[in-house]
Amino acid sequence: MSLTQAGAVASATTVQAEDAPGGLTRDALRRMRRSPTAIIGLVLIVVFVLVAVFAPLLAPYDPTVQRLDLIRPGEYPGPSREFLLGLDQLGRDELSRIIYGARYSLLIGVVSLTLGASVGLLLGLVAGAFGGWVDSLVMRVVDIMLAVPGLLLAIGVAALLGPRLLSVMIAIAVVNVPIFARLLRGSMLAQRRSDYALAARSLGVTRRRVVLNHVFPNSLAPVIVQGTLALATAIIEAAGLAYLGLGSSDPAIPEWGRMLADTQSSLATSPLLALWPGLAIVFSVLGFYLLGEALREALDPKLRR
Amino acid sequence: MTAPVAAEAVPGHVLGAPRPLLEVRDLTVTFRARGRRDVKAVDGVSLDVPAGATVGVVGESGSGKSVTSLAAMGLLGRRGVDITGSVRFDGADLLTLPEEELRALRGRDIAMIFQDPMSSLNPVLTVGRQITEILERHRGLKGKAARDRAAELLESVGIGDAVRRLKSYPHQLSGGMRQRVMIAMALACEPRLLIADEPTTALDVTISAQILELLRSLVAGSQTALVLITHDLGVVAGLCDQVHVMYSGRIVESAPRRPLFADPQHPYTTGLLASVPRLDQPRGIPLLPIPGSPSDTLPWAQGCAFAPRCARQVPECLGAPPVLEPTPDTAAHLVRCVNPVTAPDVPEVAS
Amino acid sequence: MSLLEVRGLKVHFPIKKGILLERTVGAVRAVDGVDLSVEKGRTLGVVGESGCGKSTLGRAVLQLEPITEGSVVFDGQELTGLTGSELRAMRRRMQMVFQDPLASLDPRQSVSSVLSEPLRTHGEKGPYDARIRELLDLVGLPATAANRYPHEFSGGQRQRVGIARAIALNPELIIADEPVSALDVSIQAQVVNLLEELQQRLGLTYVVIAHDLAVVRHISDDIAVMYLGTVVEVAPSDRLYDQPLHPYTIALLSAIPIPDPEVEDRRERILLRGDLPSAADPPSGCRFHTRCPFRQATRCHDEVPLLRVPEIPVEHGGPGHQVACHWAEQVASGALQPQSAAVPAVDRVPTT
Repeated sequence: MSLTQAGAVASATTVQAEDAPGGLTRDALRRMRRSPTAIIGLVLIVVFVLVAVFAPLLAPYDPTVQRLDLIRPGEYPGPSREFLLGLDQLGRDELSRIIYGARYSLLIGVVSLTLGASVGLLLGLVAGAFGGWVDSLVMRVVDIMLAVPGLLLAIGVAALLGPRLLSVMIAIAVVNVPIFARLLRGSMLAQRRSDYALAARSLGVTRRRVVLNHVFPNSLAPVIVQGTLALATAIIEAAGLAYLGLGSSDPAIPEWGRMLADTQSSLATSPLLALWPGLAIVFSVLGFYLLGEALREALDPKLRR
Repeated sequence: MTAPVAAEAVPGHVLGAPRPLLEVRDLTVTFRARGRRDVKAVDGVSLDVPAGATVGVVGESGSGKSVTSLAAMGLLGRRGVDITGSVRFDGADLLTLPEEELRALRGRDIAMIFQDPMSSLNPVLTVGRQITEILERHRGLKGKAARDRAAELLESVGIGDAVRRLKSYPHQLSGGMRQRVMIAMALACEPRLLIADEPTTALDVTISAQILELLRSLVAGSQTALVLITHDLGVVAGLCDQVHVMYSGRIVESAPRRPLFADPQHPYTTGLLASVPRLDQPRGIPLLPIPGSPSDTLPWAQGCAFAPRCARQVPECLGAPPVLEPTPDTAAHLVRCVNPVTAPDVPEVAS
Repeated sequence: MSLLEVRGLKVHFPIKKGILLERTVGAVRAVDGVDLSVEKGRTLGVVGESGCGKSTLGRAVLQLEPITEGSVVFDGQELTGLTGSELRAMRRRMQMVFQDPLASLDPRQSVSSVLSEPLRTHGEKGPYDARIRELLDLVGLPATAANRYPHEFSGGQRQRVGIARAIALNPELIIADEPVSALDVSIQAQVVNLLEELQQRLGLTYVVIAHDLAVVRHISDDIAVMYLGTVVEVAPSDRLYDQPLHPYTIALLSAIPIPDPEVEDRRERILLRGDLPSAADPPSGCRFHTRCPFRQATRCHDEVPLLRVPEIPVEHGGPGHQVACHWAEQVASGALQPQSAAVPAVDRVPTT
């Protein structure tokens, strides 16, 4: 056995014992399992999703039923054994409203994000894959989109389509398009310059394959992280827009932001009514933030050994 | 009555000499990371640096050479690091000194230059400002006096047109110039100890030669002791009085430079010398690589860390770690090996 | 018959300015007129410091960089201007080994995927297991490495994977761009030996690009020295060290540290002055004249020196030894002395 082989065998036998074989995804998942941030975040998100999905089973009452006989203007019953979180301004069970509210938040968040991210990623992919004038053109369009303040856009859309859930979703989606476009495009441009992309080209791999099989998958890490954070932001934005009255005009819909807005007049007498939707927003958003943070750390190539 | 356990010989220690400027004793640095094994980057290192001496610390990645100096200067931070042992500078233990005193020492009496000058220089301040800041802090110089001295310093490190250069930002200078600025900053207060951690590794060969020449002339003309940390044996051959070779966190060989190169004893040292092609030797000589990689090591507690890669391994190498001992001919030449090389593997230099 | 012939190669990168529509305002002349040839089975080393254009040259030869001017002829076939399937067919025959083994392997690809990709791309039919095992064996890695991912290996092992990928299609020419600079010193020798072994076994032709002259000299038959985009000297490896003719080569050789105190103490170092000029705005005439310790008042400033065989006694030169310097004969004979401080080593007070 030649010296080089001897050396190689000696070195090859010591692949780190701690690293069980596996690709990057497995490596990242392993790191997430060890991170308390990831676990807490994941738990919060799972709770949020389960509550949203199983709302009819979990809610003790119908959220739209009003009990005007049980309330007096300005005096809304607080938490009791019958109604765990009390009643709101129209005598509806607060707990049930919070639970059903999760559905709307999840719906708005997921739909608007999917819409916005898809369009944004497509633009980013095109810009990042082709470069040159295509890149310049797409980026100028994205810059224009970025120049429009999200709030004004939301107001504009609401004025156009009328205040409804759809308006909120479209507004949030549009705001997310440039964010994802830039992110993916920047990530791809950086990865395109890497040595492994050059190596693939030198092997004779077609440009298209190089971009799709090598550059694109390696560009996704920051996008995934941004995705979780954007979902959190979408929930807050939806609540905010609803608070401003741009969301659904149907007073029966238990959207958290809307619920917050409705409590303005009764803050002095029933402050708790403002607390519940607020807490709900905080905890669901926190879950996504924590998960996003943990993902960022798990996917960061510099932290890998 | 039990006989006292003989202490290990200390590299660089000269019997009867006045107290050395820097005395490192049993320095151990352990990095703790959540969910991972503890890593002993430095494992019981002792050495002496006499005043005005030039000392080389040679090793590859994983040898602990950089961590040793960072730990000595208190630059490692507290979280996740355990440091034991002592590092006495002029009698005072740097590891136990309160933070303000340590900060006063750094820059004034001990200075350090690093491998990558770009990350050690503040990119938003001009070069002149960075030097005058140091002069202000440690020498109390202000205004014009500080600027004049700063220009003087830049000239002493070979930067022409110094007054104009004071207004340059780091990114406007080339790598070699930046390294010169680092040296100027380090020498601003005429420190008694200068630690240079891979100062030329990131530079081209011709620039690197200039920088090493500069270091040599600056140190020769003053009483500053220089500790040069590098992986390049060629660099220490021309510059250092004493050379310490580190492997896996310990010093495995230590000698004045001539004996080290003429008669290397540790298989790692001879392995390094034999695996590097030399310009002053005929081409056809085959390279003899050290098998395995720096990560193929045993923990020192289980024997000699280099044993898995060592061609001279004998049964005594496993079980108990070898001790640093003087070689039979020179007391100043220490080696940590139970089966050292008695005749060098290094091919004869064609005279 | 040369396997590879490069004539007048230029690679200029345009410098663009502008907001909406970008205008070209200048060019970085990374490679500015290079002639090279490599015979089959031999190794040509290309050395130079940062900014000399050697890496760009390597990539341009493989048609991985857009060529501004010049020709690259491989086995009689002109490569510049080839596109599509013709170019891809040629790619089988010339491959590259990259400097940073971590960056040149797709972190999401297992070793078997890395090695099977070239095979798949060029229509070799699977299953590839046997070939993969063969390649791993050739580079000294165990068969179990196939299912592992790059981050699970050490630097030296990763470089072996890179080399295995390069030889997967049985190429004739391999361009190695700094193949060992990113590795630890004790590992470098392993990889250098592996490259030499493979050259013997597979009959490869190498172009080795590196800044470490000692390593290049060890592995190369001939060496070309580059400075700021041009070749300043070409010689057989032994000659280059024994009798360097170009002032830059002389300075370069004198700057390399040698692990021997006796030699270091006796050496005369020729230090260059100043810094590397910008490749976007190279000096007129001889590009090296701004830093040259042998610079003369005439010709250096305004005449571009051509690569030529100087008129010196054959034992000091020879037909294979070319240099691009107006005063090569005078420098070689000693008639011209370096002007900058040729710094003799500081007198050392013996400490032992």
